[in-house]
Amino acid sequence: MEYILIIIGSIFVNNIVLTQFLGICPFLGVSNKISTAVGMGGAVIFVMVLATIVTYLLRTFLLIPLGIGFMQTVVFILVIAALVQMVEIILKKIAPPLYQALGIFLPLITTNCAVLGVSILVIQKEYSLIQGVVFAFANAVGFTLALLLFAGLREHMELMSIPKGMKGVPISLVVAGLLSLAFMGFTGIV
Amino acid sequence: MNNWQNFTKGLFKDNPVFVMLLGMCPVLGVTTSAINGMGMGLATLFVLTCSNLVIALVKNIIPDKVRIPCFIVVIASFVTMVDLLMAAYLQPLHEKLGLFIPLIVVNCVILGRAEAFASKNGVFSSLIDGLGMGFGFTLALTLLGSTREVLGSGSLFDFSFVGEDSNTLLLFVMPPGAFLALGYLIALINKFKRTA
Repeated sequence: MEYILIIIGSIFVNNIVLTQFLGICPFLGVSNKISTAVGMGGAVIFVMVLATIVTYLLRTFLLIPLGIGFMQTVVFILVIAALVQMVEIILKKIAPPLYQALGIFLPLITTNCAVLGVSILVIQKEYSLIQGVVFAFANAVGFTLALLLFAGLREHMELMSIPKGMKGVPISLVVAGLLSLAFMGFTGIV
Repeated sequence: MNNWQNFTKGLFKDNPVFVMLLGMCPVLGVTTSAINGMGMGLATLFVLTCSNLVIALVKNIIPDKVRIPCFIVVIASFVTMVDLLMAAYLQPLHEKLGLFIPLIVVNCVILGRAEAFASKNGVFSSLIDGLGMGFGFTLALTLLGSTREVLGSGSLFDFSFVGEDSNTLLLFVMPPGAFLALGYLIALINKFKRTA
């Protein structure tokens, strides 16, 4: 039950993109087409879960025993950058089709603040490792959901006639605002 | 380009938020009031200026292939300093900005300036560039924060100008309001730019 609450809470009630504002850059950047949104979402799910496990273990077994908890930010971002590189190399070797699908999105993930944000949130919320993994997975799914919905809306928007001043970024932000408004309807289920 | 142009390009022509659309997460996340926006902007200004300065100083010793991780370590060190300093001296603001302080590390404005400017230019012009971009970022965050605070809570910098029981557009201090306010602000700026 506890895990179900974490999952529903992270995907719908506190959606990472639409209410927490993490990972806005890829949300606005790679959401032109549904197919790229799926690729990006897959890569984020993969890296976010992995990054949460590694940073959690590093903090519990290395930083805290050594008494250097303040190094958290520096260590986490380096771990994520190294991890993304490693995942890229390994996927290229053992799963070329998956690498083909996720390849171009992987380097972008290092600067996706959602990954670092979730790793830090797991620590702040004092979750156990399993709770942390569930939390990371649910947040990544929430990210993918927001990206997919937004990509679908933007594909439709290309066919609309939009006032000149609103074209491009402004209308995208307004649409994101309306989507966020829709997600506010989930407030209070958990 | 002289120093004055170098400084002002970050404020208006290449404003990191309104024109280049970098670092959107803190822009949308913390601007529920003018004070919060300004605090976040100044924290980013500090990190940006210091990291630009240090990167311009050491750019010749860093091997080209590992420059990005090196830049990130420099930036992360300054972010940790800001984080600890704010926790010590500005406790209430630190609590409000919360997660977004450590996340300054992944703010693309900072790594972007390190890569595009500080790694190619001299120490002094990098310092000016950092200050200009930092103030441009602060300006944008303060403007958005003020807009949302005026519309959403009927006050500016905590100075309230409506009665206590009056109805304000609460939506603007909630998450959807961030997207809407920024969207319309950028549309407005685009309009002024076209007529100017």
